[in-house]
Amino acid sequence: MKLIVAIIQPHKLEAVKRELEAVNVNLMTVSNVLGQGRQKGVTQFYRGAKEAGGLLSKVRLDIAVNEAFVEPTITAITKGARTGDVGDGKIFIIDLHECIRISSSERGGVAIG
Amino acid sequence: MNSGDTAWVLTATALVLLMTIPGLAFFYGGLVRRKNVLSILMQCFIIMCVISLQWVLFGYSLAFGPSISGIIGNLEWMGLAGVGAAPSADYAATIPHFAFMLFQAMFAIITPALMIGAFAERMKFSAFLIFTILWATFVYDPLAHWVWNKNGWLAALGALDFAGGIVVHVSSGISALVLAIMLGKRLGYNHKPIRPHNLPFTVLGGALLWFGWFGFNAGSSLAANGLAAQAMVATQIATAAAALTWVMVEWWHIGSPTILGAVTGAIGGLVAITPACGFVSPMSAMAIGIMAGAICYLAVAVIKGKIGYDDSLDAFGVHGVGGIFGTIAVGIFAQKALNENGADGLLFGNVQQFLVQGLLVLVAVAFAVTMTFIIFKIVDALVGMRVEEEKEIIGLDLTQQSEAAYTVIE
Repeated sequence: MKLIVAIIQPHKLEAVKRELEAVNVNLMTVSNVLGQGRQKGVTQFYRGAKEAGGLLSKVRLDIAVNEAFVEPTITAITKGARTGDVGDGKIFIIDLHECIRISSSERGGVAIG
Repeated sequence: MNSGDTAWVLTATALVLLMTIPGLAFFYGGLVRRKNVLSILMQCFIIMCVISLQWVLFGYSLAFGPSISGIIGNLEWMGLAGVGAAPSADYAATIPHFAFMLFQAMFAIITPALMIGAFAERMKFSAFLIFTILWATFVYDPLAHWVWNKNGWLAALGALDFAGGIVVHVSSGISALVLAIMLGKRLGYNHKPIRPHNLPFTVLGGALLWFGWFGFNAGSSLAANGLAAQAMVATQIATAAAALTWVMVEWWHIGSPTILGAVTGAIGGLVAITPACGFVSPMSAMAIGIMAGAICYLAVAVIKGKIGYDDSLDAFGVHGVGGIFGTIAVGIFAQKALNENGADGLLFGNVQQFLVQGLLVLVAVAFAVTMTFIIFKIVDALVGMRVEEEKEIIGLDLTQQSEAAYTVIE
């Protein structure tokens, strides 16, 4: 089992969801996050005062999958989120020790899907 | 008594109330960080309550009551004794004395509220309360007396302030600068960004200020007449010109036209036209607005950064600077042909009025600076003006009022 954490552009969420559902990955947790990458955020002005380094809005997806779904999930996120420019985001893959479905107490791979 | 005049002044009174709450409250509230928004709303709301009572108990009598040598009113009208539904012999002969008194109360209320912008995010609530009452009594009431009491000594010199450029904006704006310097910078100022937490609130509040300002300026004719219309026209033109000018200047200077700039420029224009609106032509109002937008931008975006004081929400940069400019502008652009109670300014061949307006500014600045300094020292010795460092970091909403504006989790 793997936990896939993806940071994407907010306006790409719908496209990524569509691609994930196409490969039968339907369960995810989505949150609004702030971040910066190599472009080091965005400059803002308030009454002429420069505030450099403002963080950019991003969307984070947390998706737990069984091994067979890891590559299709990566492909789907990449396909949905890529524009080819800086700021498209990142995908992190983390080993997942355990997964428990709260409603039934099922454990492991069966609890993920 | 005239029913049209009475109806207009009563309406204008309600419009000026709207300027403080919710207008100024949201204008300032949106500019602070989320941990301090309630402290701003609370301060504006409580000023409305406290000064209303101060005004009827003795403030109105000090400002407008029978004059002691042009310096201060006596206490004959304390508790509104002798103030009633009949018109006053001294002010506004066509409306009830009650209407004039309450209209003036709204000015006495918004003036200390403007200073909240200077001490935002770091002043103790108890200190704020004591300071506000002392300041209203020892700065606003005397100054209103000097300029607007029919026997006031500045009025006798021929000083012109149609709706409160000196009495309201210069007095509060210059005191705001003194407060900002004496109180010191907010923790972290200049080291990390202190950004407005909700600019839509600020725009909403700024727009309500513009709306309410028609009562402030056009209401100051104290009658539903041509002068009221003239003041309203001048107000609209100057405000539009100042907002547009600020945006154009910042677009050229920083590369972006901002909504915060538009609304701040509008307030700068409103402030500058306040003393002048009853004395100047529409085209003069446009010139005043354009200059006000550029001058206030310069004060806030360029000069403040160079000097380095922390006037949190630019109470001085907008109200002090705009008010001083507007008061001087009266001495330049006023035309006696437009208002027989006015005078001609510099452009119409009268140097005298220009000098009187300059003197008015000097007197108001010297008086407000001195008194604010003294009152600050007194209140600081009594209860301490500034919250403890830890409380400032946590925020005033939680530490002064034990409540939070926003929940993140249900």
